[in-house]
Amino acid sequence: MQILNKKTDFNFMSKRKIAAVFSVLLLLASIGSLVTQGLNFGIDFTGGTMIEIAYQEQAKLDTIRTTLEQNGYGDAIVQNFGSIHDVLIRLPVLETENMAELSNEIVATLQSGHESKIDVRRVEFVGPQVGEELTEQGGLAMLYALIGILIYVSLRFEYRFAIGSVVALIHDVVLTLGFFSILQLEFDLTVLAAILAIIGYSLNDTIVVFDRIRETFLKMRKGTSEEIVNRALNDTLSRTLMTSFTTLLVVTSLFIFGGEVIHAFSIALLLGIVIGTYSSIYIASNAVLSMGVSKADLLPAEKEGDQDINEDGSQV
Amino acid sequence: MNHYPMWKNVLVIAVIVIGAFFAMPNLYDKDAAVQVSAGRYGKVDLELMSQVESALKAQSVDYIGAELQGDRLLVRLADATTQLKAKEVLDDTIEGDYTIALNLASTTPGWLSGMGAEAMNLGLDLRGGVHFLMDVDMDAAIKKALEGLASEFRGLLRDDKIRYKKIQTEANQVVISFRTSEHRDKALEKIDSEYNDLEIEAVEIGATPSLAISLTEVTIRETKTTALQQNIITLRNRINELGVAEPTVQQQGDSRIVVQLPGVQDTAQAKKILGGTATLEFRLVDFEHDVQDALKGRVPANSKLYYHRDGRPYLLQKRVMLTGDHIINSGSTLDAETGTPTVSVTLDGKGARIFSKVTGDNVGNPMAVVLIESKTETREVDGIATKVKRVDAKIISVATIRDQLSKKFQITGLDSGAEASELALLLRAGALAAPIEIVEERTVGPSLGQDNIDKGFQSVMIGFAFVLVFMVIWYRVFGAVANIALAANLILIVALLSLLQATLTLPGIAGIVLTVGMAVDANVLIFERIREELRVGNSPQASIDAGYSKAFSTIADANITTLIAAIVLFGFGTGSIKGFAVTLSLGILTSMFTAIMGTRAVVNGIYGGKHRPKLSI
Repeated sequence: MQILNKKTDFNFMSKRKIAAVFSVLLLLASIGSLVTQGLNFGIDFTGGTMIEIAYQEQAKLDTIRTTLEQNGYGDAIVQNFGSIHDVLIRLPVLETENMAELSNEIVATLQSGHESKIDVRRVEFVGPQVGEELTEQGGLAMLYALIGILIYVSLRFEYRFAIGSVVALIHDVVLTLGFFSILQLEFDLTVLAAILAIIGYSLNDTIVVFDRIRETFLKMRKGTSEEIVNRALNDTLSRTLMTSFTTLLVVTSLFIFGGEVIHAFSIALLLGIVIGTYSSIYIASNAVLSMGVSKADLLPAEKEGDQDINEDGSQV
Repeated sequence: MNHYPMWKNVLVIAVIVIGAFFAMPNLYDKDAAVQVSAGRYGKVDLELMSQVESALKAQSVDYIGAELQGDRLLVRLADATTQLKAKEVLDDTIEGDYTIALNLASTTPGWLSGMGAEAMNLGLDLRGGVHFLMDVDMDAAIKKALEGLASEFRGLLRDDKIRYKKIQTEANQVVISFRTSEHRDKALEKIDSEYNDLEIEAVEIGATPSLAISLTEVTIRETKTTALQQNIITLRNRINELGVAEPTVQQQGDSRIVVQLPGVQDTAQAKKILGGTATLEFRLVDFEHDVQDALKGRVPANSKLYYHRDGRPYLLQKRVMLTGDHIINSGSTLDAETGTPTVSVTLDGKGARIFSKVTGDNVGNPMAVVLIESKTETREVDGIATKVKRVDAKIISVATIRDQLSKKFQITGLDSGAEASELALLLRAGALAAPIEIVEERTVGPSLGQDNIDKGFQSVMIGFAFVLVFMVIWYRVFGAVANIALAANLILIVALLSLLQATLTLPGIAGIVLTVGMAVDANVLIFERIREELRVGNSPQASIDAGYSKAFSTIADANITTLIAAIVLFGFGTGSIKGFAVTLSLGILTSMFTAIMGTRAVVNGIYGGKHRPKLSI
C-alpha cells in the first residue's frame, strides 16, 4: 500500500516563518511556565517517601487520611493509583522523622486500624541528599548527551548542521519539559530517561533528513537552497511518517498496557515523538537554511571527483 | 543479480540459530523454591535432605522435588503460597547452622544449562524485593581511626614512661599535651620511629607544649577504602544471617553501597539488622576516683563518665580492654540459673590473649560491658540536608572479675531474648567499620512484581503485533521480510541479555519496546529508497542494490547518534535507568544486523536469482 505513491511536492519551507513563530510562542509558553511554576518533581528529585498499598476492598481515602493525620503524618498526600483498591501515599522529607524507617511506621499504622491484610505493593524512599545529586546529575547527563551529539554531527556533517540539530533537540526538550510544567504532571526519573530517549529519537529523525538534504544539494544542479531542502523533505516524508507512526504504535501500546508505573514515561515519549518529527522539518532544517548553507559548503574539500560519488552524483 | 556470498548467508543463519539457542532458557518458567544453605558449622548432605523432606511431609506441604546443588539444597514448590508455608515449616524444624531462604529455581533442561545457556535475571521490580542505597559515614571512619591511634599512643607512652598531660582526638587530628618540651620531644621521637604514615607536628597550644598528629592523605584514602570494604563484608555476613537467596552487595561511588535483596518482604527487620551498629566494649571501672566528683564536672583525664541502663553513673577507664572486633562467634541463650537472656561470646586468638592478660592482672577489680550504638541520619534542616549523628553508649553490666577470663564467656544484662539474639547476630556477623545510613529504598511487593511482568510482556507483544500487521499492509512481501528481521532482533536482544546475565527491569522492557519501534526505521529507510529507485525507472535488481547501499550511511548515522544518547544514559543512570539504556543500546546494535544484513539475505534469497522480478513492495 502506498498512499504517497507519487512524488509529493509540498512546499514545506514556504511555511517556515509561520512555523518559527509558532515554535517561538510554544517555547515562550514553556519557559514561562517553567520559570513561574516549575516542574512538579517527584520524590526521585526532591527526596521523600512514596508508598503504594492495595486494599482487598475499595480503599477509603478519607479514613486513611484521618488515620495518618491522627498519627502525626498530616503532610501525607493520599490518592488512588490505577484502581479503586490501590492507594498511593506520598510524604515529603520531614525534619523530625527518621526517613528510612518512616514507611514501615506508616504501613504498621494503617494495618493496625484495619481488619483485612493490606498489601504493600511498592515503597520508594529517597533521602534528600540523593535527590539533590540526582537533579544535578540529570542536568549534566542532558548536557553531556547534547555535547556528544554536537561533536558527532559536526564530524559527520557541517557545523551548521550540528547547530541545527542541537537547536532542534533543545526545542524538543524544552517543549516536553514545558508540557510537564504546564499540566503539572509528575516529573520523575523515568520521565528524565524518556527525555534522553527523545533526544536520541528526535536526532535520529533529524539526521535522516540532514543526510538527504546533503545528498540533494550535491545532486540537484539547479534550484535555490530552499527548493533543495523542500525536495529533500519531500523525499524523506514517507519514511518520516512511517517511522513516527510505527514508533507511536508501540509507545501507545506501552501507554495503554504498560501499567501505571510507566505512564509518565510513555506520555513523555508520545509527546516527544510528535515534537521530534515536527522539529526535524521545521526547526532543524529551518535553522540550517537560515544559516545559509549552500552547495559549496557541502562539497567534500579534498575528495572532489572521488570515485565514492556515483554517476548520479549521490554519495554512498 | 543480487547474490550474497555464501559466508554472509551462513553468518546470518548462524547468528540467529545461536541467538535462538541462548534465548531459549527464557521460555522455561522458574519454580518457586526454598533454599537451605549451610553456615560454617552446618553441612548440606543427603541426611539434611531426608530431614527436610520428612519435615515437609509431616506438615503435608506438597513439594515438587528436592535436590542438592553444590552447597545448597533446593526444594521446588508449586506456587508462592506453598513456598511461604514450606519456609515456615523449615524455619521451625531445621536446627543448626542453616540459612533458609526463598528463591526461584531454574527449570532449564540440563543440556541447555550445560552449554552455558541460562535465562536472564529478573530485576527487583519484576520479581519483588528490596533495594537499598546506603551511605557510609566516612567522617566517623576517620574519627574511629584517630581514636584507635589515641588509644595506641596512651599505651606506647605509658610503656615508655613518657609523661603526658592529655591525649585528645579532634576533628582530624590527635593532640597530645605535655608538661615540658623535653617530654614532648621524647614522645615525638618515639612516635615518629613507630609510625611512618603520620604527619606529626610539634606545636604550642597557649603555653603548653603539644603534638598535633594527623593522618596523611594516603592513609585517609586507605582508611576510607578499608571502611567501605569492611562494611561490604559485614553486610554480606548479616544478609546471610537473614537468609536471603542471591543478594547483591556492591560498592557504588566512593562512599555508597547498594544492597539488593530479592524476595524480602519484612523491610523493617532488614533495615534494623543491616543498619545495626551495636557492638561491645569491655572497660575497667575506675574506682580510684569518685563518681560524684566526676558528675560535678571534674572528670579525671584518663577516665570517662558512662551511665548504666538503670541510670547509675560509672567512671570507666578511657583505655579499652577489648572491643567487639575480636569476637568470632556468639549466640544467645537463657542463663541456666537466673533464666535471664545472655549472650555467649567466643574470642579470636589475639582477643583471648589480651583478655586473659588484662583480666589476670585485674582479678578482684570491677569490669564493665558497654553496648555502643551509633546512628547517622540525614535530615532536612532549613531546606539543607544535614547529617545528624548520635552515639549511644550504655553500660549493660558491671561485674567483678573473679577469675582470669579467656576465650569463652557470657554477658548478662540484656533486656529481652530478642535483644540478646539480635546482639548475638550482630557480633557474629562482625561490626560495621563505620555507621551506615539508608539514603534510598525501593521496595516492590511480589504482587506488583508479577503485575509488572504481565503488563510489560503484554505491551511488548501488542506493540509488536501492531507493527507486524502494519508493515505487511504497507510493504507486502518486503514488510514480511522486515517482520522476520524484527522477530530475529527480539530473539537476539533476549539472547544477549541472557548471555551477559543482565538483569531485566521494567524500564528495560520499555527499552525493548522502543527498539522494536526504531528497528523498523532501518527497513523503512531501505524500502522507501527501493521504491524511489523503482519510481525513476531503475530495474528491480538495481533498485534493491541501490536502496540498501544508499540507505546504509543514513542508518549508521542515525543509530550512532541514538547510541550516544543511550551511552550517556547508561553512564548517568542508576539501576533501572541503566536497564533501559542497556536494552536500548543492545537493540540498536542487533537491529543494525538484522534489519540490514538479515533482510538483505532474505530479499536476495527471494528475488536475487530472478531476471526481472516483480517486487512486492
